[in-house]
Amino acid sequence: MGFNFDDYFNKLHNGEVLLAYKGSISAEWINSVLENVESKLDSVNEDPRIKKKMYNVLVEGLQNLFHHVDDLPEEMIEKYNAKFGVLVIKKTDDHYTVSLGNFITSDKTNYLKDKIDKINSLTQDELKDMYKFILNHQKLSAKGGGGLGLIDMARKTGNKLEYNFYELNNTYSFFNLDVKIN
Amino acid sequence: MEALTIEGTAKTPNVKFEADNGLIEIKGRSIPENSIEFYKPLVDWLEEYGKTPAALTKVNIQLEYFNTSSSKCILDVFKKLEAIYKTKNEVIINWYYEEDDEDMLEAGEDYESIIRVPFKMVEIVD
Repeated sequence: MGFNFDDYFNKLHNGEVLLAYKGSISAEWINSVLENVESKLDSVNEDPRIKKKMYNVLVEGLQNLFHHVDDLPEEMIEKYNAKFGVLVIKKTDDHYTVSLGNFITSDKTNYLKDKIDKINSLTQDELKDMYKFILNHQKLSAKGGGGLGLIDMARKTGNKLEYNFYELNNTYSFFNLDVKIN
Repeated sequence: MEALTIEGTAKTPNVKFEADNGLIEIKGRSIPENSIEFYKPLVDWLEEYGKTPAALTKVNIQLEYFNTSSSKCILDVFKKLEAIYKTKNEVIINWYYEEDDEDMLEAGEDYESIIRVPFKMVEIVD
């Protein structure tokens, strides 16, 4: 019963871990991750197409975290951090998995589930149409979010988005998103 | 009207807008967390420029990469250019993409299908 963060975080570590982070999500941190991962993939002469997909998933995924990490109540900040998020990048066999995680208020879980299920049900052409429709018809939020990040990740990787919601208490859930890159 | 020049950074592109010769250039990477903040001066400049545009406005967009947040702001830039084109002024948008960068070519074609301004897709060959 209940969500155990440490178990969750440890389980993300099966495979060859390139990077594992839990903590505050800041713009500076995002910059350093992008640089760090780019140079790691360069050092193993990774396929340029994989590098580009990885970069894309990280830019969109981390900026989603940056914009959407909810402010946590004080008793949770003691255990975690304000602006708390998780990023684990690992390599298993022939593919990479980028895991992104953050706490959300549970009232958002249905909205997110529906959105991801919808994205996963679409073909590449349908994703393109959805992207163009939102691009042309929806305004950016004050924070600069456009609701396009998830669609873009699915479109550019060509893979389904895998997700899990773990209920922490009456108010909060933990949202984990796995994006496969191959 | 004064030119708008912004030096590029790791997260934002080079910008060169010149009213005198109708040159509009955006080059580099565009991945700011808050794209509205970055693009607002560009859109405002174009709004002003649109009142007395050059006979021909030549637009060069050469982006190596842009995030989805920027994609909406880039559309706003194009909408300003579309308004100029609609008032019977010449506008041409050159959309540059690296050889083999199909994503960037497709992104240009997405804009081309939304914006009623002539686009030219230009492949950069090393």
